[in-house]
Amino acid sequence: MPQGDYIDLHRKRHGYRPDHFEKKRKKEAREVHKRSAIAQKAIGLKGKMFAKKRYAEKALMKKTLAMHDESTSRRKVDDKVHDGALPAYLLDRDETTRAKVLSNTIKQKRKEKAGKWDVPLPKVRPVAEEEMFRVIRSGKRKSKQWKRMVSKVTFVGPAFTRKPPKYERFIRPMALRFTKAHVTHPELKCTFNLEIIGVKKNPNGTMYTSLGVVTRGTIIEVNVSELGLVTPAGKVVWGKYAQVTNNPENDGCINAVLLV
Amino acid sequence: MDVEGAEAAGSTAASESSVVICQLADPEGERLGPQIALPLNVGPLQLQEIVNARLNNEEKVPYAFYISDEELVEQLGIYLQKKKLSVERTLQIVYQPQALFRIRPVNRCSATIAGHTEAVLSVVFSPDGRSLASGSGDTTVRLWDLNTQTPLFTCTGHKNWVLCIAWSPDGKHLVSGSKAGEIIIWDPQTGKPSGNPFTGHKKWITGLSWEPVHLQAPCRRFVSSSKDGDARIWDVTLRKCLIILTGHTLAVTCVRWGGDGMIYTSSQDCTIKVWETSQGKLIRELKGHGHWVNSLALSTEYTLRTGAFDHTCKQYSSPEEMKEAALARYQKMKGNAPERLVSGSDDFTMILWEPANSKHPKARLTGHQQLVNHVYFSPDGQWLASASFDKSVKLWNGITGKFITSFRGHVGPVYQISWSADSRLLLSGSKDSTLKVWDVRTRKLKEDLPGHADEVFAVDWSPDGEKVASGGKDRVLKLWMG
Repeated sequence: MPQGDYIDLHRKRHGYRPDHFEKKRKKEAREVHKRSAIAQKAIGLKGKMFAKKRYAEKALMKKTLAMHDESTSRRKVDDKVHDGALPAYLLDRDETTRAKVLSNTIKQKRKEKAGKWDVPLPKVRPVAEEEMFRVIRSGKRKSKQWKRMVSKVTFVGPAFTRKPPKYERFIRPMALRFTKAHVTHPELKCTFNLEIIGVKKNPNGTMYTSLGVVTRGTIIEVNVSELGLVTPAGKVVWGKYAQVTNNPENDGCINAVLLV
Repeated sequence: MDVEGAEAAGSTAASESSVVICQLADPEGERLGPQIALPLNVGPLQLQEIVNARLNNEEKVPYAFYISDEELVEQLGIYLQKKKLSVERTLQIVYQPQALFRIRPVNRCSATIAGHTEAVLSVVFSPDGRSLASGSGDTTVRLWDLNTQTPLFTCTGHKNWVLCIAWSPDGKHLVSGSKAGEIIIWDPQTGKPSGNPFTGHKKWITGLSWEPVHLQAPCRRFVSSSKDGDARIWDVTLRKCLIILTGHTLAVTCVRWGGDGMIYTSSQDCTIKVWETSQGKLIRELKGHGHWVNSLALSTEYTLRTGAFDHTCKQYSSPEEMKEAALARYQKMKGNAPERLVSGSDDFTMILWEPANSKHPKARLTGHQQLVNHVYFSPDGQWLASASFDKSVKLWNGITGKFITSFRGHVGPVYQISWSADSRLLLSGSKDSTLKVWDVRTRKLKEDLPGHADEVFAVDWSPDGEKVASGGKDRVLKLWMG
């Protein structure tokens, strides 16, 4: 049960006791001695705990002292000349938008150094036809075996219209169709979720290319218009090639590296 | 104008009456003489003769004619027919003087000069158009030889990126401000700094502006603005800071020294302040923007920048002579209207002010869909162009602030714009690595100038109209010619 702030009330009515402040001062002055006595006496776990607490307190105190010192002591300012100079009107602007933009100069250098057809994954494991396609039996007695189902990830363009099922030799399952890819820019070291425009080349054969099969090592064309790349003539680049680096059928997503 | 000719035009216009009552007026609305009856076959050429005769011009000045803000390009009869206007109404025709000289549009890159080892941040031609200076992220200022198109001097001394440079209007000094906040005066003849750097600003310099030469010749004072929220007036001869203009609570983004001897500063605290220069008193505070104010432009800015120099490349022997010539040019350009100021802001709008008359906006210019980065009056003050991050350049009437057209074609934010000295062409530099030249009359793209490998940060059209210089992130300086 709370008894009320009777001390506060008394102080409000009559003021502090005449010896209050002296007692307080003496108690504070005695505190250090008391503490050192405890520090000497405490052993074992208690001693350890006490030492740890005292250490933390001292560290904090030193830090605060140093912080207040800072205003008087002269520190060397950061006057290094950084790369990537910007004009005055861009200095206060957002840096995030700029990270997207690539430096054309780097691009040029890269182009000179490497051959035109160097790709990140030069060799891929050949995929057998049995692995790529599954035979679908059809007919009333399930005796016909001319239909195939693609068991890999495919890209089907938005303009695709199905043939009548009777003539449709290859089935590309809806569940394995993809329209977007995670494309990493190798110089910027950042990844964008970009729309796929088309499959440029599947290393396993032209038939897979025309079917739009996406396996590891496939070159796909992606829409990079949101990256804000421009050609030397100042036009927006919107289609760029990228190579698939994972096995999309196992992972459920397409990861690719932009070819620059 | 003989009767047969009038009738021939009248037959094409298919109307019985062959005259139309016209009232000629100048852009400010001042009438030129009484109303006159003109035959319908009168075109801009004949109107030009009439205006020249009425104004008693000794040398014939070319004029452009506008009827309700639309340029008249054909005969009056055909115009009336096209617009289905009655010949009985009085036709208000506004005449605007055009530059006597014509500047050829630049269309080729004449030189790509390497030299800077970091991005080129600012490029400025001297007022007489004979030298060129550029400031770069490699902490140097470079002066270039325009005749041989080679580097002339490399001025080292700054401790950080050189953000802005400015020539004095008499061409005797070059001043540059850096990211470390120091300002150095260079002698363009030798490329040496004249004395120690001016220190005082605590953060980077955002803008520099010289006192107009018609107020004081030779040039001594200039004003600098900084990120730390102050503007300072410096004296080149006394080599010290005269006055500190404090009052802005955030960074000052732009500073202009007006022709009436007032200093205009714009700031990120959404205000524009007008200062008096002898004691540094605050005269006016212009409020109206809802976000940072990025850029300021004066209607007389081009004249103030070039001082006494004009397209004739005349040289002056004494400062007094120069002062007089500059004053005459300034008066002629200004006319009897007060100086106009326009401010571009992060709130996507611009505001046209007349700070000499009132602290309230004269017009608010809306239309951009992104922040306005740069505004610039044409050299004759009739037009106003604005560059915005929405990839467009917009053209406005410089007197009323009415929207005229928008130039689309850039695929990246437009950073900087520059006018040709005859006000007929406009140049813009963009993040998409190209420069584009726009024709104000036809309102179309005149030239597309690709060539930079990266963003273009700075463009300038030389006052004599011969060359264009541009610099950007690809570290080269490009010179373009017509």
